Amino acid sequence: MMAATVLAIVLQRNLFSVVVLGGIYSFLMATVLVALDAVDVAMTEASVGAGISTVLLLGALYLCGGEEAKPLHRPWLPLAVALVIVAALVYGTLGLPAFSDPLAPIHVHVVPRYLNQAMKETGVPNVVTAVLASYRGYDTLGETIVVFTAGIGVIALLRRVRRGEGKQ
Amino acid sequence: MRREPVLRVVGKLLIPYMLLFALYVQFHGDFGPGGGFQAGVIAAAAVIFYALIFGLPAARRLAPDAVVESMVALGVLIYAGVGVAGIVLGGNYLDYFVLDRDPVAGQHRGIFWVEAGVGVTVSGVMLKIFYMFAGRGRAQPRE
Repeated sequence: MMAATVLAIVLQRNLFSVVVLGGIYSFLMATVLVALDAVDVAMTEASVGAGISTVLLLGALYLCGGEEAKPLHRPWLPLAVALVIVAALVYGTLGLPAFSDPLAPIHVHVVPRYLNQAMKETGVPNVVTAVLASYRGYDTLGETIVVFTAGIGVIALLRRVRRGEGKQ
Repeated sequence: MRREPVLRVVGKLLIPYMLLFALYVQFHGDFGPGGGFQAGVIAAAAVIFYALIFGLPAARRLAPDAVVESMVALGVLIYAGVGVAGIVLGGNYLDYFVLDRDPVAGQHRGIFWVEAGVGVTVSGVMLKIFYMFAGRGRAQPRE
């Protein structure tokens, strides 16, 4: 179903339906994540991917029109580059440990400590929150600053345009 | 869209619950799925929903630009402030164990405030971006 959605997005020329299909894709992705027991990520995907970004993209569509322009060049070179990258990525997955292998390197390094000690050390039953806010506090601080910077960037870009319009 | 009675009624019914759900996700993130990022987005979505139904000026009265912009910075300051508080109380930066006599309670307190900071910043940024986009769309047809 996700593959069908992606094909529809690629083939569709009307950007409105592309945006809506993108929202559908995000919801499908969220269900996949729920099936993988990653409820926190699924929630983020559903609210950010399907909710906010759909609204923002629709707002952008309202500003710039709903039809995709005809491409200027033949897409063969980008297609070749994309195929090479896909081949490289698939080749890379061959070296990964099998799915949900308990002996994979990522599961034997710090994960046992997080899973076993998180409740005792932080008193927080949701391990995701414990790792996010406590063990990886610096990472999350960085993420928050990234969000902050994005907001500041949008404010800086769009506000200047609005002032210019006011002067005219 | 302002004249649609169904949308207005349903919106008025749903928006309080959306905000309540955002608070639930925010403060229940310790126990269930969720946390600052998700809660911030849900809270912003509630206000965006309000703006879509009742118009952008109404939403701007509800959550004025100055408030939203200060939220953007305030959240990062809360987060960084928790780190500084850790230093002041004699620990490392972002060290929660010193925030309370009982280290586990200190962790809890630190996580609570950090998540609050994340939520405030995320909802502020989302709302601000939406205001920016919607405000431009609104301004152009008028001219």
